[in-house]
Amino acid sequence: MNNYELMVIFTPILSEDEFKNAQKKYSELITENAGTVVHSNPWGLKSLAYPIDKKTTGIYWVIEFTADATFNEKLKIALLRDEQVMRHMITKLDKYAVEYNAVKKSGVGFNTQKQEA
Amino acid sequence: MAKNEIKYLTAIKQEKPKKKYCRFKKYGIKYVDYKDIEFLKRFLNEQGKMLPRRLSGNSLKYQRKVSDAIKKARQMALLPYVTDLLK
Repeated sequence: MNNYELMVIFTPILSEDEFKNAQKKYSELITENAGTVVHSNPWGLKSLAYPIDKKTTGIYWVIEFTADATFNEKLKIALLRDEQVMRHMITKLDKYAVEYNAVKKSGVGFNTQKQEA
Repeated sequence: MAKNEIKYLTAIKQEKPKKKYCRFKKYGIKYVDYKDIEFLKRFLNEQGKMLPRRLSGNSLKYQRKVSDAIKKARQMALLPYVTDLLK
């Protein structure tokens, strides 16, 4: 059971409820395959730094989950097949990353330490 | 000789360049988050290119972590690959 973080950019033409059930779809996919969702964090509509297939904005969604290693292949296929998804990235979280996310989620002022860095 | 022109016996000590330190070691930051673009922007110049170690002052281990995080952020369109005025 490794910790992963998935970031997905959806096409901006997605309506609110489409965005919701897209999130639900992938969260269920994770929990079906003996994975657990640690934290889901939709950023919503954000402007992209550069246009991706002619669109300058996208809906961001970040989800942190734990799953076994073989699950990523299924997740990738599902994401590639879904044409609402413009771009996705799965990153493996090491123990410092997990601790960082936990601290960030609990809202303690971890960033302030970086601000004055 | 103008009154205010003072002659020093010894040369004035030029301002020594500030000793660079690795901010990750100093503040004990262990993980560079690719989503935290405000923090990553400090390691980019105006064109959005990565600063070398001699300018950013990072140690090798953390410079690699920063470069990985920047590349991930660029991949997910959080940071531009090239731009003219980033700051």
